[in-house]
Amino acid sequence: MVTASNSRASSFGRIVLYAVLGLFCIYYLLPLYVMLVNSLKPLSEITAGGMMSLPRDWTFAPWLSAWSSAQVGVEATGLRPYFLNSIVMVVPAVALSTLVGALNGYVLTKWTFRGSTIVFGLLLFGCFIPFQMVLIPMARMLGLMGLAGSVAGLVFVHFVYGIGFSTLYFRNYYAAFPTELVRAAQIDGAGFFRIFLRILLPSSGPIAVVCIIWQFTNIWNDFLFGASFSDFSSQPMTVALNNLVQSSTGVKEYNVHFAGAIMAALPTLFVYIVAGRYFVRGLMAGSVKG
Amino acid sequence: MSFSEKANPRGSVGDRLRDALPRLVLSPSVAIVAIFVYGFIFFTLYLSFTDSRILPSFGWVGWHNYDNLFRIRAWDTAVSNLVVFGVLYIAICCALGLLLAILLDQRIRAEGFIRTIYLYPMALSFIVTGVAWKWFLDPGIGIEAVVQGWGWTDFKFNWIKDREMAIYTIVIAAVWQTSGFVMAMFLAGLRGIDGEMMKAAQIDGASTFALYRRIVIPQLRPAFMSAFVVLAHMAIKSYDLVIALTGGGPGTATELPATFMYSYTFTRNQMGIGAASAVIMLMTIAAIIVPYLWSELREKK
Amino acid sequence: MGFLDIKQATKSYGSLKVLHETDISIEEGEFLVLVGPSGCGKSTLLNMIAGLEDITSGEIAVRGRSMNGVRPADRNIAMVFQSYALYPNMSVAGNISFGMEMHGIAKPERKKRIGQVSDLLQISHLLDRKPGQLSGGQRQRVAMGRALVREPDVFLFDEPLSNLDAKLRVDMRTEIKKLHQKLGTTIVYVTHDQIEALTLSTRIAVMFGGYVQQLGTPKEIYDNPANMFVAGFMGSPSMNLFPAKVVSVDGRPAAEMWLADGKSATVPFAAETLSSSVGRDIVLGIRPEAITDRDGADRNSAAVHMVEAPVEVTEPAGSDTFVVSQIGGKDVTGRFRADVNVRAGDVFPFAFNMEKAVAFDPQTENRIA
Repeated sequence: MVTASNSRASSFGRIVLYAVLGLFCIYYLLPLYVMLVNSLKPLSEITAGGMMSLPRDWTFAPWLSAWSSAQVGVEATGLRPYFLNSIVMVVPAVALSTLVGALNGYVLTKWTFRGSTIVFGLLLFGCFIPFQMVLIPMARMLGLMGLAGSVAGLVFVHFVYGIGFSTLYFRNYYAAFPTELVRAAQIDGAGFFRIFLRILLPSSGPIAVVCIIWQFTNIWNDFLFGASFSDFSSQPMTVALNNLVQSSTGVKEYNVHFAGAIMAALPTLFVYIVAGRYFVRGLMAGSVKG
Repeated sequence: MSFSEKANPRGSVGDRLRDALPRLVLSPSVAIVAIFVYGFIFFTLYLSFTDSRILPSFGWVGWHNYDNLFRIRAWDTAVSNLVVFGVLYIAICCALGLLLAILLDQRIRAEGFIRTIYLYPMALSFIVTGVAWKWFLDPGIGIEAVVQGWGWTDFKFNWIKDREMAIYTIVIAAVWQTSGFVMAMFLAGLRGIDGEMMKAAQIDGASTFALYRRIVIPQLRPAFMSAFVVLAHMAIKSYDLVIALTGGGPGTATELPATFMYSYTFTRNQMGIGAASAVIMLMTIAAIIVPYLWSELREKK
Repeated sequence: MGFLDIKQATKSYGSLKVLHETDISIEEGEFLVLVGPSGCGKSTLLNMIAGLEDITSGEIAVRGRSMNGVRPADRNIAMVFQSYALYPNMSVAGNISFGMEMHGIAKPERKKRIGQVSDLLQISHLLDRKPGQLSGGQRQRVAMGRALVREPDVFLFDEPLSNLDAKLRVDMRTEIKKLHQKLGTTIVYVTHDQIEALTLSTRIAVMFGGYVQQLGTPKEIYDNPANMFVAGFMGSPSMNLFPAKVVSVDGRPAAEMWLADGKSATVPFAAETLSSSVGRDIVLGIRPEAITDRDGADRNSAAVHMVEAPVEVTEPAGSDTFVVSQIGGKDVTGRFRADVNVRAGDVFPFAFNMEKAVAFDPQTENRIA
């Protein structure tokens, strides 16, 4: 698209272009920089107006405090137990919703029946509802199921509301999977599950990664369900971080807050850096259905 | 693709089971969604017409909760905040996203790297974003203090403490988090445009500006649609960011419907009114999402 | 009762009937080609034979056993797909053996049969590769191997050559024909390519609009098309179809045709069939190879008649030159010898071999003579 009409003008244009792009890089990186440098300096440097500067005294103490001794809510446990809660919550919820989504996607593309598009539409709409709409009945339901205030309850909630997106991913992926292969396998004598396990599943690697990353990011980052359905012992990381930051008692330890924020961000950030391509694909597939 | 639809009655139970298997596999999900999405929607809808307070109760009060809701000042604030926030958030995200996408589409070296930087906030929790911006915008220690420390002692930036301006800090943080995502959507749209058409336009003598204004941007309509739907639905559901950034304050200055619903239901024990506000949120989102899903799924056929 | 019987079979999707009552009966060892344009119902019929689609009404039977409601896997059929449908995650050997594995055939037997089939198709050196590493022709062979190894009652081919380039398509066509002659298997083959249909089949069913338009040997279909659709669809360049009128010349029926220069020509029919139809408007059908230059005309024909017509276009094609004139407002193509000196604008004698002419009713489009 760049016409090479006038090389001097265009090379000047390129410099401006890169400068603008660079400025935006600074804009996006600035909050991360602020979090990082301030998590490594003593509190006094921050309160003295040095938020933008590099630490003069490098210290790892805020990280240690955030991890194991900071006051979260009523107890001075640090964020560690809540980090573990999040992991215990995320792993089964992601696994379950991905597995169920894969099976749903398979049925909805390769074994369609009258009304299967409507069924899919109804499943999908479930991802977009404001979850405020389900908070009250879900709180009661978890109580009835004996899961109130437990990590297991959160696993269940995230599994339930994760089905829609998982199904979306696998459905769109399997829709592009040649139906002739399924027919060939039928003629060869393979049944419903055999076709899924032997023919489709071995080719589902990429979409499984996309789905797992999406679910992982979403569930790890969730706050609303965590805040609504957990008690002090089962809080996920995001809720604990918010409690740490909002606690009104004592001095505000900004450096500890920043360290905690980075801790809460690290797992998803790590996934993003390692598998960014799949992350972006998931984002796109979640918005532009096709 | 309906080759699995077996109209002919089959003899044995095994045959019939085999034919029903796909639907059996799907049915747990259908049941779960039927109960936990649609059943719950109806439950909350019902509650919004009852005198529920701290616990659900089933005394029918008709439209009473909705009447009350629209007389509550805080709801009024929440709705007008949502309008301000939603409009600015969507407009700025789209403008910024489009600009960045076009800039990145100029055969940029290290495009992948830059794109990674623009998009990473999307991987973060709104709580993390909220914490980062909360202290960065805090006049006591954040940008105001820093700039004053650099010598501009008159510099003031205390929006986050200002009832009038606080809602705009939500916009700032939300735009920071999502604009990279909108950029990625537009970039995908740009990459989908036929290169030969661009060449044809250049041969027709279109300047780069005219090329984008007349040829490229009109073709990004589907990307605009998707961006609008995603952003609008995120705006209406915005809860975490407000909680982390301002907690709805100062006072109720940054209250949004999502935070209103939560506080009325769970802290003020006005469950009926909370349910009514949730219903209104659902209606708003449905008005955007349902036509969108409808058209997307119809195209598929 | 034949080997494969299709009796009054229909297929509807809701109120849309895509296949009307169809009766076809083929013998063991026959090669039936279903040919027609896309949407004519040929693939639907094939899928119904395979059991991939249900039969709405009627019956399909193999060796007298009704297949209605029988699972594809239990029909003892094999199918070669347009995309080959090779399982991407399995090796060539895995692809060939999958069906036998599903049918519980023991491993030594599987190995033996894979060996036989891969020798037959000359793919032994490919057995360990994945489909992604094969060329189009090789994939085609593997897909056929997968079908052959099952030793089925009926082979079904769904446009198996349409993904190959032109040259390879011709080679594979020959290959399939050889294979059929060697093994004597029963084949039902779907294609939209009328040349494939003519070269491969022992019988052809020409389909259009959900109906079988004509069922017959390639020669019957080519020489005596049942209606104007079959006449126009089979053969390339396709049969000339133009309006004419039956008149009587010396008591014998003749065709009066209208040339582009305003003149008309009258050419006697070879047979008396139309003697009772004098005065009737018809559509005359005559293939390009039956309209030639004088010296190129069939010397064994007793009914070659000359028509002086203005030449509109000539299209040299190497071995022949196609010469186009207008008769009754339609382009009419003749197949001339390559070295005939003819130019656009000339008025030139065209030799019509009326032994090869057929006549259709303009309203019903069915053949009347």
